[in-house]
Amino acid sequence: MSILSTEVTTWFFACKVEDVPANGGVCVKYNEEQIALFHFARRGEWYASQNLCPHRMQMALSRGMIGTQAGEPKVACPFHKKTFSLADGRCLTDEHECSLTVYPVRIEDDRVYIGIQNGREAAEVMA
Amino acid sequence: MKIVIIGNGMVGYKFCEKLIARAIPGITIVVFGEEPRPAYDRVHLSSFFDGKTEEDLQLAPLGWYAKNNIRLHLGDPVQHIDASAKTVLTHTGLVEEYDYLVMATGSSAFVPDIPGVDKDGVFVYRTIEDLEMMRSYAPKAKSAAVIGGGLLGLEAAKALIDLGITDTHIIEFSSRLMPRQIDESGSRILQHQLEQMGLKIHTSKNTTEIAGEHTIDSMNFTDGTSLKVDMLVISAGIKPRDELAALADLETGRRGGIVVNEKMQTTNPAIYAIGECALFEGMIYGLVAPGYEMAEVALDNILGGSKIFSAFDMSTKLKLIGVDVASFGDPFTPDNECRAIVFEDHVKGVYKRINVSNDGQYLLGGILIGDASAYNMLLQTAKNKMKLPANPEDVLLGTRGGSGTEAGGGILGLPGDAVICSCEGVTKEAICKAVEDGHENFNAVKKCTKAATCCGGCTPMVKDLITYTLKAQGKYIRNVLCEHFQYSRQEMFDLIKIKNLKTYDEVLDHYGNGDGCEVCKPAIVSIIASLWNEMVLVKGNDTAQDSNDRYLANIQKGGTYSVVPRIPGGEITPQKLMVIGRVADKYGLYTKITGGQRIDMFGAHVSDLPNIWEELIAEGFESGHAYGKALRTVKSCVGSTWCRFGLHDSVSFAIRVEERYRGLRAPHKLKSAVSGCIRECAEAQSKDFGIIATERGWNLYVCGNGGSKPQHALLLGTDLDSETCIRLIDRFLMFYIKTADPLTRTATWLNKMEGGIEYLKNVVVNDSLGIADELEKEMQFLVDNYKCEWREVVENPELRKRFNHFVNAPGEKDPNVKFDTLRDQKKAAEWK
Ligand code: SRM
Ligand SMILES: Cc1cc2nc3c(=O)[nH]c(=O)nc-3n(C[C@H](O)[C@H](O)[C@H](O)COP(=O)(O)OP(=O)(O)OC[C@H]3O[C@@H](n4cnc5c(N)ncnc54)[C@H](O)[C@@H]3O)c2cc1C
Ligand code: SF4
Ligand code: FES
Repeated sequence: MSILSTEVTTWFFACKVEDVPANGGVCVKYNEEQIALFHFARRGEWYASQNLCPHRMQMALSRGMIGTQAGEPKVACPFHKKTFSLADGRCLTDEHECSLTVYPVRIEDDRVYIGIQNGREAAEVMA
Repeated sequence: MKIVIIGNGMVGYKFCEKLIARAIPGITIVVFGEEPRPAYDRVHLSSFFDGKTEEDLQLAPLGWYAKNNIRLHLGDPVQHIDASAKTVLTHTGLVEEYDYLVMATGSSAFVPDIPGVDKDGVFVYRTIEDLEMMRSYAPKAKSAAVIGGGLLGLEAAKALIDLGITDTHIIEFSSRLMPRQIDESGSRILQHQLEQMGLKIHTSKNTTEIAGEHTIDSMNFTDGTSLKVDMLVISAGIKPRDELAALADLETGRRGGIVVNEKMQTTNPAIYAIGECALFEGMIYGLVAPGYEMAEVALDNILGGSKIFSAFDMSTKLKLIGVDVASFGDPFTPDNECRAIVFEDHVKGVYKRINVSNDGQYLLGGILIGDASAYNMLLQTAKNKMKLPANPEDVLLGTRGGSGTEAGGGILGLPGDAVICSCEGVTKEAICKAVEDGHENFNAVKKCTKAATCCGGCTPMVKDLITYTLKAQGKYIRNVLCEHFQYSRQEMFDLIKIKNLKTYDEVLDHYGNGDGCEVCKPAIVSIIASLWNEMVLVKGNDTAQDSNDRYLANIQKGGTYSVVPRIPGGEITPQKLMVIGRVADKYGLYTKITGGQRIDMFGAHVSDLPNIWEELIAEGFESGHAYGKALRTVKSCVGSTWCRFGLHDSVSFAIRVEERYRGLRAPHKLKSAVSGCIRECAEAQSKDFGIIATERGWNLYVCGNGGSKPQHALLLGTDLDSETCIRLIDRFLMFYIKTADPLTRTATWLNKMEGGIEYLKNVVVNDSLGIADELEKEMQFLVDNYKCEWREVVENPELRKRFNHFVNAPGEKDPNVKFDTLRDQKKAAEWK
């Protein structure tokens, strides 16, 4: 499994490809963290970000609608529809809003892995 | 270079924002603010009582200052300026050197020297803290007064009413309200309108004493009268915060204010003053727009530029008090220098006055009360010296009949340098240029130019300008869904129907581009549901549903959901009531009777939803579609079965109507009601379609709305028998579903419809388009296809699987969900 662990990143197994609805998201539990995982089936791409919406601190982004804005992948929070880029995590509706932490995703066979940088736990960057 | 800014209010913040925008390297920025929080929108302060939070009002979060390397010291006022050493000294003892010092200390509320002003229960209205103190004091108060009947006083009075103090008085020293902005007739009408809202107004009253032991209990006046009140807000004007300047030997005005020249420089060239503390040509500008302009001028000069400030327009539009009030240009031009045209309607409470130059060519100023919709256009006409039409009164009253020309040739007639957004100083030219450069919608223009980002007053004009510019470029203005679909909703409806498309993906493949978004997805799947009435969560349509539809429940604070079973007509058996009680108890849900005559259970974890519904369905309940843009409730009154006035059985008819249209997906939610007689206990005239019993049958009303813009429904048919009534509703609803824009309630749809209710009547009742048969058939198809979607989820393991919080830990609940307790039930924990 050398490909799944590099010096900086831990790849952990999130779920099977079939567990994620096409063009939708799910929430993945990683230790005490929650990560939103999205399958852009039309583009054959996967994205992951913190599940916590920084606007009102709601664990809800995985339940948001996904889509694109000028080609850039994004998610809209179910609560107040703020949208965030899944490419770099920045808020697209409000330049003052905090950014999301985003994670790389890798598919091996039909298994989905999310990459976490060692020593940089999600909680720390989320605050 | 190091710039120190004293004051982190609206103008001080704007200065920082403009400075950052110029991105000049090597500038150190230090800000001292006296208030404990970063700058917020003081203009919309009152919306704090309207549900806005401190955070909503923030102009930028703390992170913004950090990101831009601004050293912000909050809660630490500057106490001394040493102009020769070029340092400032703060309350906590910090000493900071500067190259340039910018004073943006604003003003404080002016408190007249009345004995007793220091008593408990006496407030001023200026900061979030003032409002917090008022909010915690208000529950103790039954009556309240405001000293000052000016712009801010009226706003404060409205706030007191919003705080629940219905017995609120306004005490005005002068003989009428808003003496500085509007004329005497205007004041009279305004006063009458405010009295209608329940405010008690006392003019020509001079307060001599605020009485009470430690706490205010009454006010005494020079005329010997007195008034018992438990709370008082003083709003008698503003006092520029110039105390520091005076200490530093800067010149200040006799009646307050730091004297500045046209570069915003004080009498010390390294010290600038901007905003409400600055005195320019003997004048304090108590508005935010001139303050922003001062920030621009000061900044430009500090950076070596040469912009100058010139007298600023003081036109104002009052917000929030429930009566439109605006004045613009010169509202008081003396009679011999102008012709005044006045329009008064005492019944509607409307007063409009315009001052036209003696030659009838130009608009000099005016006053609008009760209806200020023409404010923007009139302001622009006056400011830009645009020529008036041949009959100047047309700009007040509109051309009555004939081809409509707007005031002075309308928005197109404005010169390029006309300032459209005065807060941000954005010109017509800048907006049109932005549109030409490809910013073709409101949000894009807003982002690019900053127009309409502050008070929002110019929003309609900016939108019109976008439309005009696009039209002028020969672009066909279509009301397209979003960047992914170049079609309107109505066009999409027809296309999807003709091509028989049943999934969002197919529609995107055929007619769209890109991957879709949160705007087009729900709109398209709503059309699909309105056309075929198939289960909304199958065929991959689930992820295109709005998030509430995707989980068949409304998401609530904290991420739990609500459960609302249908209770047709509001009628329920004792057995079913017990079922709701048992289920809510078992799953720990908060229960409440809703405004729609049914019971809502809140606080369900997503993974409990299918289990809860399984139990409810087993006992004969079905989905209430509280989450969908669909039929909600058909309220009923008890009607002829019990009521001594009832003409027909309104409950039975309400149940029939609710069961016919349950599950019907539409551009927006639909509500209905049936009343058993004209006393109208079911409030049918506030519904999308409402039915009232008459001696001979039913009257059918359509396109009513409660909510934020209430509107009464209009009569569509009279004395109808039950079958005809249902047929007309079928046609009406189907016509609405086919032609309305997304998220448009029936009332708004009708308001935009050319020809209005007469046209609608012709289509629905007289079948002027020859489509009535088709509409009825389409509705019957939907009615026949109805299934309870929660039953389908409960019975389908694949669908049930989606109701989990964690994909890799099914059944495990979100540990972040927190509840508090209130009156023996739970409630969602307050969010941050
Ligand atoms: C529960 C209830 C309040 C209550 O405790 O009584 C309620 C609660 C909500 N209303 Fe309402 N409304 C409720 C009756 C009303 C009424 C009164 C009525 O129906 O008789 C109105 C005014 C009448 C009208 O709609 O014309 C009303 C006007 C609104 C509006 C404004 C609509 C408008 O056109 O301006 C919204 C916002 C929207 O739909 O965009 C809204 C939206 C909401 C939402 C869905 C907001 C949200 O997304 O969370 C609330 C969710 C409730 C939930 O999770 O179940 N609610 N809401 C009432 C549920 C009635 C029911 O049994 O289904
Ligand atoms: C209820 C209300 C409604 C209003 N409505 C409107 C409206 O509709 N339209 C409109 O144009 N205007 C309106 N205004 C006026 C508008 O809010 C002001 O014109 C604007 O806030 C002025 O900005 P400023 O930065 O000059 O002053 P402020 O916003 O008052 O900011 C000054 C800041 O400096 C701080 N300060 C003072 N001294 C020191 C010191 N020594 N050291 C450190 N900090 C200091 C103060 O605490 C304050 O935070 C309204 C005002 C109120 C109160
Ligand atoms: S229930 Fe309706 S009125 Fe009450 S807070 Fe929610 S949306 Fe607003
Ligand atoms: S909580 Fe996400 S947008 Fe408000």
